[in-house]
Amino acid sequence: MNLSTILGTVFVLAFILLVLGLGIWGRKRPARLFRDIPAFARLGRAIGMAVEAGSRLHVSLGRGGTTGAQIAPALVGLGLLERIARAALVSDSPPVATSGEGALAVLSQDTLRSTYRSIGAAGQYSPEFGQLTGVTPFSYAAGTIPLIHDGHITASVLTGNFGSEVALIADAAERNGGMTLAGSDNLTAQAVLYATAQEPLIGEDLFAAGAYTRPNSWQTASLRAQDVFRWVLVAAILIGAILKLLGFEL
Amino acid sequence: MMRGKTLISAIIVIVLGFVVLAGYFWPLPVLVSLRDLLLKWAVLLAAVALLVGVVNLFTVHWGKASSGAKGSIYSIVLIFSLVITLIIALYFGPLSTWSLWIYNYIQVPVETSLMAVLAVILVVAVVRMARQRPNLFSVVFIATGVLMLLGSAPLMGIEIPGLYGPEGLRSLLAQIPAVAGARGILLGVALGVIATGVRVLIGSDRPYGG
Repeated sequence: MNLSTILGTVFVLAFILLVLGLGIWGRKRPARLFRDIPAFARLGRAIGMAVEAGSRLHVSLGRGGTTGAQIAPALVGLGLLERIARAALVSDSPPVATSGEGALAVLSQDTLRSTYRSIGAAGQYSPEFGQLTGVTPFSYAAGTIPLIHDGHITASVLTGNFGSEVALIADAAERNGGMTLAGSDNLTAQAVLYATAQEPLIGEDLFAAGAYTRPNSWQTASLRAQDVFRWVLVAAILIGAILKLLGFEL
Repeated sequence: MMRGKTLISAIIVIVLGFVVLAGYFWPLPVLVSLRDLLLKWAVLLAAVALLVGVVNLFTVHWGKASSGAKGSIYSIVLIFSLVITLIIALYFGPLSTWSLWIYNYIQVPVETSLMAVLAVILVVAVVRMARQRPNLFSVVFIATGVLMLLGSAPLMGIEIPGLYGPEGLRSLLAQIPAVAGARGILLGVALGVIATGVRVLIGSDRPYGG
């Protein structure tokens, strides 16, 4: 084992222990408020308005592979999809999920099916609610755009691993006049989303979605653990820079 | 409260998740071989899921084409292209002349055209952003983008002094504030990825129905 492996192991284990500790501790205490992220408040309002208007909500999960870290933002999207599906059950128009990867399409169908089943509305579910729209970046975008234009979509949530092609999807959603909340783990996608999306989520904001939209002790605990470890990293970077400045070889 | 299939799915995910994670951090032969085997299974399942996804794509567009609704011609084109490509790739092979002809003369030009459209869309989006969000961050974003573009290719042959070269403003922006900002964002994303993974590992997030 080299030094980086040991540090990685300690880091991840400490993170898991901190989440577990904060999660158990937080069960018995009232949730403390985090800083305001207006995008999530607007999403809540958009869901309510879509339900009232009988229009559809769209969740795009990107095209991240399921065996790497690129799936993480799509997992956030699946959580939001479940929340949206539950809220939209009283509406005539069910939400629709699009993805550019086969496994994500299957996961979106599974999320929707289990949500419908859990509230006793399994008969309303259709596999067409979770669609694979293309398997290359631009075919995925090209397949998603008509769905936004023709599917009476009033709000789009784009959370997943995208490239620059996400600008085409976000632009279609903007032209449709609906609300667009978008975030990605990819820097290029974040840059284009900053310009194209109404509510861009930059950096770790995307991963706070669970704590803001369906808060529970574990979501809150993981967000607090992120905050703690961010400060640890900031301190480590600063100490490293100072030591280097003083002439120490690192 | 988890029940039945969901509980079984959660147990499988948690146990296998910890085995794969352990295989990365403790490279013991038994853990590494188990991790590799599980990842191979995951890749196989992802390939099967792709086939399921393609069937789903076909079904959705078959329904649209059959209904004769607005835009159904695009669904017909998609089904036709899918079937033709599938037949050619299966009969002649994915690396045959015909398969590569489809790729080089249809898919690549179509995707390149979309990339060209993307450039126009980004310019329009920047103008829209300036109108909808007229704040300091938008001004910095636009000014940086314009400077980087001008620094990459002189406008109509006119060179702006102090913008080009290793000591120029473009290099300065690209190497110091851009890299610092990107590292900050990436650190935040990495922490978010770890947090999401931990929530799946402890069974708090369950992106599977069971």
